[in-house]
Amino acid sequence: MNATVRAFLACTLLMAGALVQAEPRKASPAETAAIESSEIWAKIQAQLFGQRKIDPNTDSLIEFDVPARADDAAVVPVSLRTRMTATPERFVSRLYLIIDKNPSPISAVFSFTPDSGRADIETRVRVEQYTPIRAIAELNTGELYMAARFIKASGGCSAPAGKDAEAALANIGKMRLRVDPEVRFNEPNLVQLMVSHPNTSGLSMDQVSRLYAPAYYVRSVAVSYGGKPVFSADVDFSISENPHFRFYFLPRTPGELKAEVLDTQDKSFVARLAVGERSASAAPATDAR
Amino acid sequence: MLDRRLPPHAVLVMAALAFVCTASAQASDDRTGALAMQEIAAGIYVHIGAHEEPAAANRGDVANIGFIIGERCVAVVDTGASLAVGQALRAALRTVTPLPVCFVINTHVHPDHILGNAAFRDDHPTFVGHARLPAAMAAKGPIYQRALARDIGPAAEGSELIAPDQTVVERSELDLGGRVLQLRAWKTAHTDNDLTVFDRATGTLWLSDLLFAERIPVLDGSIRGWLAAIDELSALPARYVVPGHGSLNLPWPQALAPQRAYLATLAADIRQALAEGRTLARTVETAAAAERGKWLLFDAYNRRNAAAAFAELEWE
Repeated sequence: MNATVRAFLACTLLMAGALVQAEPRKASPAETAAIESSEIWAKIQAQLFGQRKIDPNTDSLIEFDVPARADDAAVVPVSLRTRMTATPERFVSRLYLIIDKNPSPISAVFSFTPDSGRADIETRVRVEQYTPIRAIAELNTGELYMAARFIKASGGCSAPAGKDAEAALANIGKMRLRVDPEVRFNEPNLVQLMVSHPNTSGLSMDQVSRLYAPAYYVRSVAVSYGGKPVFSADVDFSISENPHFRFYFLPRTPGELKAEVLDTQDKSFVARLAVGERSASAAPATDAR
Repeated sequence: MLDRRLPPHAVLVMAALAFVCTASAQASDDRTGALAMQEIAAGIYVHIGAHEEPAAANRGDVANIGFIIGERCVAVVDTGASLAVGQALRAALRTVTPLPVCFVINTHVHPDHILGNAAFRDDHPTFVGHARLPAAMAAKGPIYQRALARDIGPAAEGSELIAPDQTVVERSELDLGGRVLQLRAWKTAHTDNDLTVFDRATGTLWLSDLLFAERIPVLDGSIRGWLAAIDELSALPARYVVPGHGSLNLPWPQALAPQRAYLATLAADIRQALAEGRTLARTVETAAAAERGKWLLFDAYNRRNAAAAFAELEWE
């Protein structure tokens, strides 16, 4: 076989491989059954959405990316993207992230506005048991769509905080707010927000005291640009230690991006970033109490 | 190199055992249920754990553990991943010496080093560890016990957490009677509670999991801290080195080189990914791929190491 044919075959294989990887992994029959017959989900659905119809047309609107099996149950990357061009009349206003078998199944509610540019969010979560995991998109019109997957992981919520206990305590509230310095006006721009925080669940028992360490976690994130909301999140300890969020905002003119984080001890942490005047560089985080 | 103060019969016993031990398979027990030990220096016995994940077949015998004999008493260094392994270690100790066990040193919190502690409870030793070990054991111990029961089954029975009675903030010395061990507590590296033991009599540096050989290092602390610790370690003199996993006859300080290469490559790949704005999920698939052929259990641990390093380095 000559070199050209080999190269052609290699390219074809690579492309085929890439295409295969781009497809969401299909749930096994057992996993599909677990997703569809989940009692916990039935209760949560009633609680959040009453009798409203949810379109289970899983992947047409929502691109929902989770690993089939987690490497680290306490840090599971999840990605929710909505394939819809937002207009002021019809846009995704909320994304719900539900992890059925977590102690706190309603893991996050993300809110968006037309100034978000895209209703996309990437974050990292804790997964306590093998479980269905769901992304529900709610439009401003009230329409509801759901994508569901099954994830194999365990111990993420009852696993205690991280690898360096002293450093974690010393760094609570430090933030990183990053935007590409080459901001593009009138287009969605990616934002990365990181908060140093143990985000503990209160579910790991201290063997010495036989007491449960108190829960201490971030409960809300509010991001605005030029004073107008672009992204907010109601979250809890289902989010991993050192909460990390990637989302978008749609700037039309230079302005200030401001992120405010509130935790369960009512501490608030603020970061601000000047965008578009010159290269956007991260302003140092300020602690506001 | 024998310490002239050791009693002559102990010398003969040790010589005989050294012959027996080197002749037998390292991982298997003899008929008394005792772990096979290697005497790597006078009075220093090490058992090499299997390069496997804990499972019913190995009862969690996957780390290097052992003991050091003084004139007055014995210090155990790590006890294996289960009561069963700790008991097998104790049985081996008793075939070598009748001296009391005065110290059980846990080099760090990982289950394959601490869950055999209960085997020595009735010896009433002083349990010794890093100043941060009690908190780490309290936080992670129960998870480890549940994972152990799941991984090795009934052999896990009776495996208990025993926290240290005595902790080391920076340095400490333990006297075994004519034999002083120098303990050193490290800043966060492999974990946030790593302790090393140095025996001046023989120049033996027991690094435990600050050094991995043949089997992929496990990052559960700080990648930058571990690379800094490696730099400092390489300047320490040592005649014999005991890694937490892997062979015992390693040249020093060259023994550190493969591990330094792995961690440096991992850090470099991740910094590159961060500079390119790549996500965690994408990065862990390829980081340190160049190292795959060099380490056992690579696929079991590299992605986790990459995720840990990513979460650390993204704050730079």
